[in-house]
Amino acid sequence: MTTRRNLLNAAPLAAVALAGAGFYTILRRMESNDYDPHALPSPLIGKRPPPFTLPGTNNQPGFSNTDLLSPPRPMLVNWFASWCGPCAQEASTLDILAQNGLPIWGIAYQDTPAATAAYLSQYGNPYARLAADSSGLTAINWGVYGVPETYLIDKTGIVRWRWAGALTDQVLLGTLGPMLHQYA
Amino acid sequence: MKRLLLLALILLPTLASAQIVQRDGVTLTQAQETRAENIGDQLRCLVCQNESIEGSSATLAHQLRVIIRQHVVAGDSDQSIMAFMVQRYGIFVLLKPPLSPLTYLLYASPFLALALGFAAFYLTRSSAPPPPPPLTESDQERLKSLTES
Repeated sequence: MTTRRNLLNAAPLAAVALAGAGFYTILRRMESNDYDPHALPSPLIGKRPPPFTLPGTNNQPGFSNTDLLSPPRPMLVNWFASWCGPCAQEASTLDILAQNGLPIWGIAYQDTPAATAAYLSQYGNPYARLAADSSGLTAINWGVYGVPETYLIDKTGIVRWRWAGALTDQVLLGTLGPMLHQYA
Repeated sequence: MKRLLLLALILLPTLASAQIVQRDGVTLTQAQETRAENIGDQLRCLVCQNESIEGSSATLAHQLRVIIRQHVVAGDSDQSIMAFMVQRYGIFVLLKPPLSPLTYLLYASPFLALALGFAAFYLTRSSAPPPPPPLTESDQERLKSLTES
């Protein structure tokens, strides 16, 4: 009888301890950039990008969804804007990736050609191809809800991964690196 | 004259719903605007995640309001407009999550809590100490001697 009573008394304490452990894990993972409670899974993963044709900017030809059907190797599509702070933060990471031979195609989101040019000359231009979505309507069809956003497209043209926010070293080592290996 | 006035009174509500309004740069009737607002109220703004598309001042929310209104004017159903959003942003865009394997636990949680409460109630009740055994003959004699003295 008393053991049962003790068990019942201990139950709320156990619940609190369990919740505490849960919160601690979440906060630790948020701190190390492993987990972002605001990140959304992209419905585009496992599919090809929706039909689009975007003009180029800064004397580049632009591209369309048919150019992404079967890239010779896995590639990134990076949405950015000159007015976006985290974009400048990830610029060096993108440069390193580009220098290591990863094709990165850029889409300037709601930006003017002049502002894009100034941004690229200040932070470097890692983009093999460059298009502009000045209206932001193609971005809506992709499910882009902010810049920067980066999509990994495999050799069959299928989106395998989406990252919303700046690409940090942790993201590179923890997620993108292994994914690139997997789809190489 | 009287008949004309009556006619005008009867027609007034229809006139009100046929009234042309402009919202986010789209021209539509008041009835269409009401429908668009109702749809926007049920969709989450992806930028400010606890606001609806209708209530948010983010640029993306404005663009999505325009798209909703264009679809409403084109005669699309509420469901197809919702599907348009879910296709792009996933079910997270719906402020009221649909019943799916992902949300079964969420929708079952009130009943689970109730069951847990009943279980706790039952357990505490049955664990009340049993009444003491009745006094033996010798106990009663002792009690008698104690109370009489």
